[in-house]
Amino acid sequence: MSSASQVAERDVPFQLRGNSFTMMVLKVFAPTSPNFFTQLNVKVRQAPNFFHNAPVVLDFDDLPEAIVFDLGAFVAQVQALNLLPVGFQGGPQAVREAAMNVGLTPMPSGRAAKLEEVVKAPDPRQPDQQAPVAAPQVLIEVVHRPTVVVTEPVRSGMRVYAEKTDLIVTSSVSPGAELLADGNIHVYGALRGRALAGFSGDTNARIFCHSLEAEVLSVAGNYRISEDIGSDFYKKAVQVFLRDGVLSMDLLKTG
Amino acid sequence: MSKIIVMTSGKGGVGKTTSSAAFATGLALRGFKTVVIDFDVGLRNLDLVMGCERRVVFDFINVINGEAKLNQALIKDKRIENLYILPTSQTRDKDALTREGVEKVLNELSKEFDYILCDSPAGIERGALMSLYFADHAIIVTNPEVSSVRDSDRILGVLNSRSRRAEQGLEPVTQQLLLTRYDPERVEKGEMLKVDDVLEILAIPLLGVIPESQAVLRASNVGMPVILDEVSNAGLAYSDAVGRFLGEDIEHRFVTPQKKGLFSRLLRRSA
Repeated sequence: MSSASQVAERDVPFQLRGNSFTMMVLKVFAPTSPNFFTQLNVKVRQAPNFFHNAPVVLDFDDLPEAIVFDLGAFVAQVQALNLLPVGFQGGPQAVREAAMNVGLTPMPSGRAAKLEEVVKAPDPRQPDQQAPVAAPQVLIEVVHRPTVVVTEPVRSGMRVYAEKTDLIVTSSVSPGAELLADGNIHVYGALRGRALAGFSGDTNARIFCHSLEAEVLSVAGNYRISEDIGSDFYKKAVQVFLRDGVLSMDLLKTG
Repeated sequence: MSKIIVMTSGKGGVGKTTSSAAFATGLALRGFKTVVIDFDVGLRNLDLVMGCERRVVFDFINVINGEAKLNQALIKDKRIENLYILPTSQTRDKDALTREGVEKVLNELSKEFDYILCDSPAGIERGALMSLYFADHAIIVTNPEVSSVRDSDRILGVLNSRSRRAEQGLEPVTQQLLLTRYDPERVEKGEMLKVDDVLEILAIPLLGVIPESQAVLRASNVGMPVILDEVSNAGLAYSDAVGRFLGEDIEHRFVTPQKKGLFSRLLRRSA
């Protein structure tokens, strides 16, 4: 069975798969404003790693119908800030055509959820840097995937997968049950089953639990079985994470 | 409106059939018209424990297949008013249980009976799934040892995901724990799990604790539900459990070792 599918993979030069990606949306209100790129630059500098080479979708939905601007130059300036415009949404017909001509992909418009973290208040050290009333507004939005929350006990033989997000279990996880999450895992009852965080390879993922009695713990494929969990941590509130690529555990301070 | 109860456990040999027989008898003794159905197709036992094995002509599968009428297959208990047994087939296998067939029989029974008790086979395959699918209430039979507890945990997960109530998004199947073959002395020595240990893992309400008792085997061998043995601890414990099931507030007993005087030690062998 498995060998047959391996042969099939070798004979076929490609495979088509559906996938979904999280991308930022750059809502463009006034692209011709002289302050546009200085303000955007300030935003990007607040979290340079987060924005470095980040794919963005340009949202032209709020542009006035009669607007005229050089889209090619605009895109080049966005690229100069190490953002990668990959597509666009909405906008007047002329802008849409121009966007297609510079190679941007039209994206189906869906409503993005606001990510509060990204848009921060102005730096308190520079209180005088108040935006003038007529200043262009730059609002960055990220598609948000809600955390999976399980309130019932996770029984033996059950498997819960939080795809591309975090997993919170407010009840206990029985021996023989399996928790998988691409993000972090939190268990507020006893964790007696398996918990695999960073399931798709995120080495920053962590496992937090109220009472550690797990069979297997894993972060991004680095695992530890219950035999190797020291008695110092057994039935304690613990966080599990990768420290220099090695699965580590710390007691959580409670109370 | 009749209530459908499933007696289930995942693991075999923990006392499902004994408990089904005792529980159905207990409900009938309290005046409820009760039928107990054997879902263990191919491994027919309930009729033996109920002492009606020589009166089986038609069975559950015959009714499902339309080869017999329900009234021809139902066996009326000779001892207790209001108690009926629907035996299963010894020659067929679990594939004979179809969802439509089971539903048809349960619908027909629910016109007449207050309680329909389904005695589940071991495992989590077709027989067990069919016995729990239509349930309103589940009694989880568990022994105080780790493998039984884990299997019970598994079957609770199945109830929460694959029962009719779960599939149709109705009020979930209510679940209660019946801890059987409990030996307080061995628990005290650390050879068996404590009641609290089991409750901590399964996290469902406790319906009753049935003490390990020679009366159970004795009763099975003569085809008498052990609840009718009114001097045995096991019989009394089942009677308490039925009371609790019906909403009575009864304190749990037989969970701590009985103090033994010289007299009872001398008589221990005959106990």
